[in-house]
Amino acid sequence: MSTVVHRRLLTGNKAMAEAIAQEMERDENVFVMGEDVGAYGGIFGSAEGLHQRFGAERVRDTPISETAFIGAAIGAAAEGMRPIVELMFVDFFGVCMDQIYNHMAKIHYMSGGNVKLPMVLMTAVGGGYSDAAQHSQTLYATFAHMPGLKVVAPATPYDLKGMMVSAIRDDNPVIFMFHKTLQGLGWMDQLDYSVGHVPEEEYTVPLGKANVVREGKDVTIVGIQMTMHHAVEAANQLAVEGIEAEVIDLRSLVPLDKETILNSVRKTHRLLVVDEDYRSYGMTAEIAAIVAEEALYDLEAPILRLAVPDVPIPYSRPLEQAIVPGVKEIREAVEQLVRH
Amino acid sequence: MSAIAPAKPLPYLQVLDPKGVIVNPDLAPRLTDEALRALMYKMVFTRVWDQRAVKLTRQGRLGFYAPVAGQEASMVGSEAATAKDDFLLPSYRDVPQAVWHGWPLYQAFLYSRGHQHGGQFPEGVNVLIPQIIIGAQIVQATGVGMAFKLKGEKRVAFTYIGDGGTSQGDFYEGINFAGVYQTPTVFVVQNNQFAISVPVKLQTAAETLAKKSAAAGIPGIQVDGMDVLAVYAAMKQAVSRARSGGGPSLIETVTFRYGPHTMSGDDPTRYRSKELEEEWRQKDPLVRFRNYLSQRGLWSDKDEEAVIEEAKTTVSEALTKADEYQSMTLPGLIDRMFDTLPHDLIAQRAELTE
Repeated sequence: MSTVVHRRLLTGNKAMAEAIAQEMERDENVFVMGEDVGAYGGIFGSAEGLHQRFGAERVRDTPISETAFIGAAIGAAAEGMRPIVELMFVDFFGVCMDQIYNHMAKIHYMSGGNVKLPMVLMTAVGGGYSDAAQHSQTLYATFAHMPGLKVVAPATPYDLKGMMVSAIRDDNPVIFMFHKTLQGLGWMDQLDYSVGHVPEEEYTVPLGKANVVREGKDVTIVGIQMTMHHAVEAANQLAVEGIEAEVIDLRSLVPLDKETILNSVRKTHRLLVVDEDYRSYGMTAEIAAIVAEEALYDLEAPILRLAVPDVPIPYSRPLEQAIVPGVKEIREAVEQLVRH
Repeated sequence: MSAIAPAKPLPYLQVLDPKGVIVNPDLAPRLTDEALRALMYKMVFTRVWDQRAVKLTRQGRLGFYAPVAGQEASMVGSEAATAKDDFLLPSYRDVPQAVWHGWPLYQAFLYSRGHQHGGQFPEGVNVLIPQIIIGAQIVQATGVGMAFKLKGEKRVAFTYIGDGGTSQGDFYEGINFAGVYQTPTVFVVQNNQFAISVPVKLQTAAETLAKKSAAAGIPGIQVDGMDVLAVYAAMKQAVSRARSGGGPSLIETVTFRYGPHTMSGDDPTRYRSKELEEEWRQKDPLVRFRNYLSQRGLWSDKDEEAVIEEAKTTVSEALTKADEYQSMTLPGLIDRMFDTLPHDLIAQRAELTE
C-alpha cells in the first residue's frame, strides 16, 4: 500500500494572492495599492480575489502614477501601515526610481533607525513571451546594488507564498520580484514550474536563504527564478551522461546567502552562475567574485557565467530565446566545466 | 461662505497690509492676544536664529543650511495653525516649522552636520526628516494622510514645497493622488520667487501656482506670504477642512527669501537686483505684524529685546548640546541599514571596525 500524499496545487499567482489575503486577514494595517490591482486582480494575478474580499479601501486601484503610489506607501509605512504596492513591470522603475532609491532605501538610515518602512514593493520581472525591450527585463542587479533594500525573487508557488508572508511581516522595505512566466496565467505558455504544492495554512520562508533544490557532486549551478528551473532541467539531462550537478535556487539577492553557495562549491569544486539579467556588473559577477575571494583554491576550473548579453531583450521570439540562457546553454557550459 | 472653494482659487488673500493695517476684517483669524503674541515671538525668534545660523555656517560650525529670513510669516503662520498630532513633511528650508512642531533645536543642528541622531525624532514629534529631493515629500505626504484616513484618525499631514518644486512630476502626481483618495493633506507652496537663480516666470505659464490645484480637483488659494494672519487664516481653514473629512487643499504663500538659496556658495546678486530685494523688504513680515501688535498695545520694544536675548541664549545652548553629543562611528554607519543586520553586512561592519 502506498501512502497517499495530498498535494494542493496552486499557480504562482494564486500562491502570492493567498499570502496577501491571509496577512490582510491577520493584520488590518496591511493594504494593497497599484495599477489594476482592484477588480482586475493585477495584470499578472498577484492580487487575484483580494478586491472582492477586502473592498476598495484596502485594495486600491491607483492612477497611472508610480511615483505617487510608491511615495504614498512610504508615507503610510512611516505612519505604521504595512502597504504592499505593485509596480506593474519592473521596467517602469525609471519613472519612480527616486522614491525607491532615495527614500524607500534611505529613510531608515537617515533617520538613525527612527523611521521604519515595513512595506513591500512587488513587481513583475522577466521575459520569454515576446514582450520586447521595455517589458521583459529582470533588473535584479539594479535593485540589489543599492544599500538599504531587501530584494527577493522566489521561483516556486511554495516560496512565493512563504516569502510573501515573510516580506509583509518584515520591518525593512522589501522588493519582491515575481517572474511573469512563473505565475501560471492562462494566456501565457503553460510551464510545469508555475504550479506547485502550497499548504493552505500560513507559513513563512525566510528572506535571505538560498535553497539547494538538487544535490550533486560534480558541479554547482546557481540560478534564480527561470534560470534555476532551466538549471534543474539541464541537471536532469546531464545525469543521463553521468554528471551530477547541484542546483542552488538563490531566492534572495539581498541578503545574499553566501554560505550555501560556498559550501556547495567546496564540495563540487566547479561553479556555473546563470542569470536572466544583463551580464555586466550583475549577479553572476557578484557571486563569481565572492567565490573567487573566499573559495578560489577549492576550484578545479575557472568559474563560468551565463547571462543576457548587454543588449535589450529582442521582440522576436527566436532572437529572445537565443539571448536568454536556457537549458541547452547550461548543459553545454556544465560539460565544458567538467571536461576542464 | 468658505474662502476656499474648489477649482476657483481666490485671487489673493491678505489680512494685514504692509503697514500693518487690517484690510480684510472678515477673514482675520480670531486669535487671543496670547496667540497673537506667540506668532510674533516665533517670528522674531526665527529671524534671530536664522542670522545666527548663517554666521555659524560661515564659521564652519554648522553643516548644510538654507536661510529663511523673509519667509517667517509663511513658515510660522502655517505651522501655528496645525495641531501637535498633525504630521509635518518639511523640505530642507522648513527647519523652523519642524522645530516649532517639536524637533529639538540641537537635533536640527546635528542634522545640519549630517549626524544621524539629528533625524532621530523624539517619540510624539510628528515630523519626517527634511526632504532635499525636490518634490519627493509631496507624494509621501499624501501617503501619511492616506494612513490617517485608513486608521480613522482625525489627523492631518502637511507639507511644504517651493515655487520651483511645483514643476516636478512628484508635485503633480502627489496632489492628483491626494485628490483621488481625498486624503487629509495640506500642501503649502512657498513661492519665494526664485528656485536658486531661476525666476518663477521660467517655471510656469500658470498665472498663479495655486491654480495648479484646479487640475487635481482640489481647492487652492494664493495668500500674501508676508502676512502672518493671512497665512494663518488660510492654513487654519485648510487644516480644519482636511480634519473634518473634506480632503486636501493647496495654499500658495507669496513670499521672498532675503538671503542666498543655501550657504553653499550661492550669491543672489548674480540673478536678482538690489531694487527687487528692497521692494520685498518693504513688505517685511516682522515689521508689518509688529506695527499691528504695537498699535493694539500687544507688543513693545521690551518684548522684542527679551525674545532676541532668549533666542540667542537658546541657540547657543543648543549648539553646545550638539557639540557635546557623541560622535558617529564608522561601524555605526552600518547599524541602521536593516532592522537586523544580515550576515554580509555584519562582515562589512567588522571590516570597518578594524
